[in-house]
Amino acid sequence: MRREGSPWQGLGPVFVKELSDHISSVRMLVLEILIIVIACAVVYVAIDGIRQTTAEDPFILLKLFTTGGSSPLSLLVILGFLIPLMAIALGFDAVNGEHNGRTMSRILSQPIYRDALLAGKFLAGLATLAIALLCLWLLVVGLGIIFLGVPPGGEEVARSLVFLLITLAYAGTWLALAILLSIVFRSAATAVLVALGLWLFLSLIWPLMVPGFASLISPPDPRYVLFGLPTPATVEWEHMLRSISPNELFNGAAISLLAPDTRAIGTVYMSQLQGAIMGSPLPLSESLAIAWPQAVALIAGVIVLFVAGYVVFQRQEVRA
Amino acid sequence: MSAPVIAAQGLTKRYGKATVVDGITFDVAKGEIFGLLGPNGAGKTTTILMMLGLTEVSGGEIRVLDHDPVRDPLAVKRRVGYLPDQVGFYDNLTAADNLAYTARLMGIPARERAKRLSDALARVRLADVAEKRVATFSRGMRQRLGLAEIVMKGAEIAILDEPTSGLDPQATIEFLEMIEGLKREGVTVLLSSHLLDQVQRVCDRVALFQGGRIVLMGTVAELARQVLGAGLVVEVEADAATDLVARFAAIPGVNSVARSGTDRYRLTADRDVRPEAARAVVAANGALRRLSVDDPSLGAIYARFFQRQASSEEGARDAA
Repeated sequence: MRREGSPWQGLGPVFVKELSDHISSVRMLVLEILIIVIACAVVYVAIDGIRQTTAEDPFILLKLFTTGGSSPLSLLVILGFLIPLMAIALGFDAVNGEHNGRTMSRILSQPIYRDALLAGKFLAGLATLAIALLCLWLLVVGLGIIFLGVPPGGEEVARSLVFLLITLAYAGTWLALAILLSIVFRSAATAVLVALGLWLFLSLIWPLMVPGFASLISPPDPRYVLFGLPTPATVEWEHMLRSISPNELFNGAAISLLAPDTRAIGTVYMSQLQGAIMGSPLPLSESLAIAWPQAVALIAGVIVLFVAGYVVFQRQEVRA
Repeated sequence: MSAPVIAAQGLTKRYGKATVVDGITFDVAKGEIFGLLGPNGAGKTTTILMMLGLTEVSGGEIRVLDHDPVRDPLAVKRRVGYLPDQVGFYDNLTAADNLAYTARLMGIPARERAKRLSDALARVRLADVAEKRVATFSRGMRQRLGLAEIVMKGAEIAILDEPTSGLDPQATIEFLEMIEGLKREGVTVLLSSHLLDQVQRVCDRVALFQGGRIVLMGTVAELARQVLGAGLVVEVEADAATDLVARFAAIPGVNSVARSGTDRYRLTADRDVRPEAARAVVAANGALRRLSVDDPSLGAIYARFFQRQASSEEGARDAA
């Protein structure tokens, strides 16, 4: 049976309302301050390091994102860790908040479909994240120009903008997950705890567990062990298991864009090194080709998680 | 009677094996106040949600304003206003902002919005708190704000779910007056409640729900005849030298006369026999001190109905 009327009716008002809620909320303000302060500190340390070590580098601006100077923390690592936190903060009470505030049935009794409500909430969250990330990007580039005194080249800007889009896809994955949890769990506290649990697991614990799992699935070949080399099959498994975590996907894609000499993510084969001049940068198109699988996986993650939330939400009863 | 604005035919709702609404059939005519009565969990709210297309229909058919809420919920929701049980608003927004959001969801054109919004707030006497945050509102004010939303929508049917539960007596009276105001404007009102005297005060017809079925339906007088038997009880307090019982019994339409105390009489009659009773007292040279008629109360009907049902069930058990 087909329903009549447009599923997008009401999308605009929901989007505008949610966006203004997010931007004016204290929760968001605190997170933005946190991220900006940390990012400034990291970039400052990085600039210090770059000034002392790098004589000439055609991609000096991109170094701001990937090196931490004297500290092991680069902006990339910080973003990989904090962006999920921000996305979770925006999404964890998206749907259950409406139920608990008893606004859900009143809003859904207006001439809109549930599609518009969910899509509007998701897009508003994504727009909020995009605004925050764009600000951060401008801040970093501005700091770079001021303190390094080097104007950014065209390719540098292009690479860092693509990096921005990938960061947004990464943030979108966590936002979609947070919204899914807000649909599944009626209590916002449960949703946020599960989301934070997954965040800690995927970004801290899973990378530590991966080598163990990989050697369980594909035990190391004794011939390689004899020479103290890793077994290719095991390494391949390790790479695949690692990719379950959005954090790893994000890091892989980001590195290949921000460090133009990256030739592969995960295992590097001899064929990829043939004819390569070590340390020489790849053209942007080649770097994009390397980042493509990771980027697609992140975008697919956004879509799958959003659709899962959509299906559950459509079948959910309006009554509390 | 014009064509019904709401028509349900064998409407059924099942959750798994439990049947919550069990094949109910009813019509609501344009401009009447129709009461849905019954204990909590009798299926009133589920019936309402099915009318709005907010929950799926398991069987039977429902038409609202000649639309099918299952297939074309937007057309129904554009013309029907709904005030949910314990309505919620966004506490961080002002009353006016809350309504402005729903006005946009309703698709009210921008140039009409401000006027319709302030008119609606004035109607429910909330104009002076329009710029206050809803968090500071009392329960009664929230209910009135919910009613303002329906007024602003210009709804042809207003569906009110337990609108007066939890209100203080003064707020209740005010709210009921506003409901009657809606009726005067030609709005059809569907009122669900378990507060019997209020339903009786405003409703033209009522349907009594029990266990997902409509067990009684009609005007209060009709229900009284069905449940309480003969209609009216006239009470007379009078002094007379002669015996009044025989005189009262002689009045056509009086079924029985009971004497309580020395000067009190209870007449059970098919119709209002007060004029004849007065004449009888005067004819006997008596002093008439009080003459009153007991309106059949919905409370009495309700109590008697469930009492009778309980005793018939007991009878069935004893027989078995």
